[in-house]
Amino acid sequence: MTAGFVWRMAWREGRAAARRLLLLTASVTAGVAALVAINSFTDNLRLSVREQARSLLGADLSLSSQQPFNPGVEALIDTLGEAGVARVTTFGAMAYTPSGAGARLVQVSALDGSFPFYGEVVTAPAEAWRELQQGRRVIVDPSLLGALGAHVGDSLALGESRFAIAGTMTRMPGDVGMRSALGPRVFIPGRYTAATRLLAFGARVQREAFIRLPPGRAAQPIADRYRATLRAQSVRIRTVGEDQQNLDNALQRLGNYLGLVALIALLLGGLGVASATHVFIRQKTETIAVIRCLGATAGDVFAIYVAQAAAMGVLGSVAGAAIGVAIQQALPHVLASLLPVDISTSPSWTAIAVGIGTGLWVAIAFALLPLLTARRVPPLAALRQAYESGAAAREPWRIPAFVLLAASVLGLSVLQAGGWRAGTGFAAGIGLAIALLWAAALLLIRSVRRWLPGRWPYVWRQGLANLHRPANQTMAVVLSLGFGAFLLATLFLAQYNLLEELRITGGPGRPNLVFFDIQPEQIEGVARELRTRGYPVSSPVPIVPMRIQSVKGRPVAEVVADTMRRNRSRGRGGGGGWALRREYRSTYRDTTVASEKLVAGRWWPVTRAPSAPVPVSMEMDVAADLGVRLGDEIVWDVQGTPVTSRIVNLRDVDWARFEPNFFAVFASGALESAPQTLVVLTRTPDAAARGRLQRQLAERFPNVTSFDLAIVQEAVERLVSRVVLAIRFMALFSLTTGAVVLAGAVSTSRYQRMRESALLKTLGASRRQVIQVVLAEYVALGVLSAVAALMLAIAAGWALSRLLFDLPFRLPLGAVAGLVGGMAVLAVVIGVWGSIDVVRRTPLEALRGS
Amino acid sequence: MLRCESLTKTYPSGGRDLTVVKDISFSLEPGGFLAIVGPSGSGKTTLLGLLAGLDRPTSGSVYLDGESLDRLDEDARARLRGEKVGFVFQSFQLIPTLTALENVQVPLELRGMEAGPRATELLARVGLGGREHHYPAQLSGGEQQRVALARAFSNRPRVLFADEPTGNLDARTGATVVDLMVELNRDLGTTLVLVTHDQDIAARARRTIRLADGVIVADSAA
Repeated sequence: MTAGFVWRMAWREGRAAARRLLLLTASVTAGVAALVAINSFTDNLRLSVREQARSLLGADLSLSSQQPFNPGVEALIDTLGEAGVARVTTFGAMAYTPSGAGARLVQVSALDGSFPFYGEVVTAPAEAWRELQQGRRVIVDPSLLGALGAHVGDSLALGESRFAIAGTMTRMPGDVGMRSALGPRVFIPGRYTAATRLLAFGARVQREAFIRLPPGRAAQPIADRYRATLRAQSVRIRTVGEDQQNLDNALQRLGNYLGLVALIALLLGGLGVASATHVFIRQKTETIAVIRCLGATAGDVFAIYVAQAAAMGVLGSVAGAAIGVAIQQALPHVLASLLPVDISTSPSWTAIAVGIGTGLWVAIAFALLPLLTARRVPPLAALRQAYESGAAAREPWRIPAFVLLAASVLGLSVLQAGGWRAGTGFAAGIGLAIALLWAAALLLIRSVRRWLPGRWPYVWRQGLANLHRPANQTMAVVLSLGFGAFLLATLFLAQYNLLEELRITGGPGRPNLVFFDIQPEQIEGVARELRTRGYPVSSPVPIVPMRIQSVKGRPVAEVVADTMRRNRSRGRGGGGGWALRREYRSTYRDTTVASEKLVAGRWWPVTRAPSAPVPVSMEMDVAADLGVRLGDEIVWDVQGTPVTSRIVNLRDVDWARFEPNFFAVFASGALESAPQTLVVLTRTPDAAARGRLQRQLAERFPNVTSFDLAIVQEAVERLVSRVVLAIRFMALFSLTTGAVVLAGAVSTSRYQRMRESALLKTLGASRRQVIQVVLAEYVALGVLSAVAALMLAIAAGWALSRLLFDLPFRLPLGAVAGLVGGMAVLAVVIGVWGSIDVVRRTPLEALRGS
Repeated sequence: MLRCESLTKTYPSGGRDLTVVKDISFSLEPGGFLAIVGPSGSGKTTLLGLLAGLDRPTSGSVYLDGESLDRLDEDARARLRGEKVGFVFQSFQLIPTLTALENVQVPLELRGMEAGPRATELLARVGLGGREHHYPAQLSGGEQQRVALARAFSNRPRVLFADEPTGNLDARTGATVVDLMVELNRDLGTTLVLVTHDQDIAARARRTIRLADGVIVADSAA
């Protein structure tokens, strides 16, 4: 037999079954479309990042620190920056317009020098940026104007200074939408920073020097050379290359995760291919037997149908790729606010080729197992229709085909997830979900066969019996519908739990406004202002900034060097030691608070010997990072004064609660005289009252900043919902595939249903009864799939919340059941709709048609 | 041309073993015309299947054109069928998705041979010139069986096996089909083995074997 014959037969055979094969084709289309769209998009994005790399940082090098640069670092900046230096000082402040009612926490960036050196700043009006340095001017995020009800040209108060709003910021090099999520940005000329008097003790200030190198001088060797020295002085050095690499990695991860959602659609399509092939081959038994009688070997027959599946796979994948390219044009709109660069959309040939290849591979891998039955059709079946083969030999290729399928799913998962761990976990999760749905379907088939009550009305018995009779569609429908519903419900649960955890304003008694950076001498005044307006005042929480000087007797520089050396030898780069080098904002008190619980040790006795080390309570994760345990000694540098402490307990802190939480809590009595700021919390009934209060305090205490938790909540929700939107968009493809697979299952069983209904009608069944039979079958299928999907989704949602996000699991049962129930109803509608034709035809027509 | 020795076939059925063909031996010369007759359930079709290599006997041997089928595996038997055997079935067994012409081409194409002209010629010979591009569903029963006949002869088989070839046809159409078979048997020297209920058709064979309960109860050559 020749290859030509195989393709010719595949074509002739396929020609007549075009409609049925089309379903097989369509099964992979949506998945490939999703894959091509997301991979093309990621490719485009990374290309754009490479093209616009220099404007990511706006300079060749950047040095940043939370402390003023020491003379050594300043000298280095001067040496390196002979071609240009720009400085940006960033800090938080309350902004308000003298004529308006509210106030807003903003991030002030004070600029010196002509930043950026690369890339373009876009403002409205366009000249605003160029003219910023010409006076007491300010450029703000458009959102701030909205929040304060201000306009360009109005006056804006920052600390003790007034600025004229010169324009709004449209685009800043390297700016990611998330950066402004926690407060609108405000740009002022650097020379007016002092006049604002905002840089009081305890203010969080980030100082950054942007350096332009002379042409021909590479940034990376400089960064590599000075990194270790600068790190010891708590200065971070960055280059465009590193920024690009970080962004590239982040985008790759985003692409990988969205790609996994696309892969789910494709794998679901694979199930559709398997089920369509299964039914198709069963209907072809006689044809196969005849071809075998005419001299074709089992291998020949197998080759014909594999060729057919491959051709359908290519067709479906090419169609999917075309749709994917079209969808890719839409993706930047869905994701725009998360992107740091302008993105051009051009088809990525790599993504298209990979998409088509993957689609083809999935089609073949999933078709292979059911196609193996074609090898087992004996030529004798042409002579005897109900050929009893007796003890049929086991197909020896079954196990290799199954291994190939499992390896394919695993391989695709690992490739798409971009790593073994994530890929294996994903494939195992998918496999488990499918196995459980399969078991549920099997259980349904078996229990209907065994326990269908004989006293039930005939139409119900007939309809339910369809679930277990030969050529039933139970498995296909439960898998496709159940998997689709499971996926959507799981996404919904994950999103619900994430957002619910972040719902910080919840609870009538909880504070919703936080004032911080309060100097000790201001606390009385702040508390009085609040009380006179009738608002509650929490007891002030002191905050003492400090750094670690030594751990267990070893100076921190030595421990950091060790950590870096260890990480480098483990191939993790030379980083690490952040927990040792960071600035700690600690407090002192003698009890736990609501957002934390003790996990080791005990709270300290109130009295202690004055010369003994101060008892300290550490947060458990930071203790692990520092490599310290109960009883270990840490010496802190508190504004130049060493304070020796001993760890007496460890706490587990719920950071998602927006309350003042701390890595280190000292026993009272040791830090009272250290330089410190205070935080108080209060609660106001509504947003307008909060705005007024913020405004009034900002005027009286310019350095005191305040946080409206409702606004933070909104920002967080907006951010989460953007990501969720992207994921939902991708999940839509799974839903589409699910519908195609479901429609496929309905249509493949139509032929059989048609004959059956015709016979029933011949024997006297009314149309109503025939519809009831169909209805009974689909209601049973829909309900079982929904219940199985619901249970799986709850288990998956629980696992995601508890194991991945580390959150308590909440179950909005009504909403999830509604979602899943809706899908069950959809299944019944699709099923009954697909069978309308069966009911409408006259029995004679149907019998002749067969 | 065709020889079988002590052919026995047992099927497991309902938990018990059912012997359908018991210890059958006979041989048939090249160009011969054998009719196998007998009541329903006597084992005719099973015997035909064993002779054509469509199934393996539980014991005994079949020799086709001097070659023992026992020694051939599934694929080798398929190849042997493709080269030396033709089939005609009671229910025609045309491939519904292929046109008349394509159905006739299949056996030759399976062997990688040019099939078009011969298939057209055979269709003309069975009286279906001009119907080449019709699908089976567009042909009458008699026409379908004639396409099946053309297909059976397309690879110039040494032996043609026919299982109740007229079973689904009216008497006149059936007679025409048998005429055609006899004619082709004579012109091409093909050995014919035919399973039938029809006494008239059996009477046209040069030899008749009668089966009952899986054993030969009468052989006209004996």
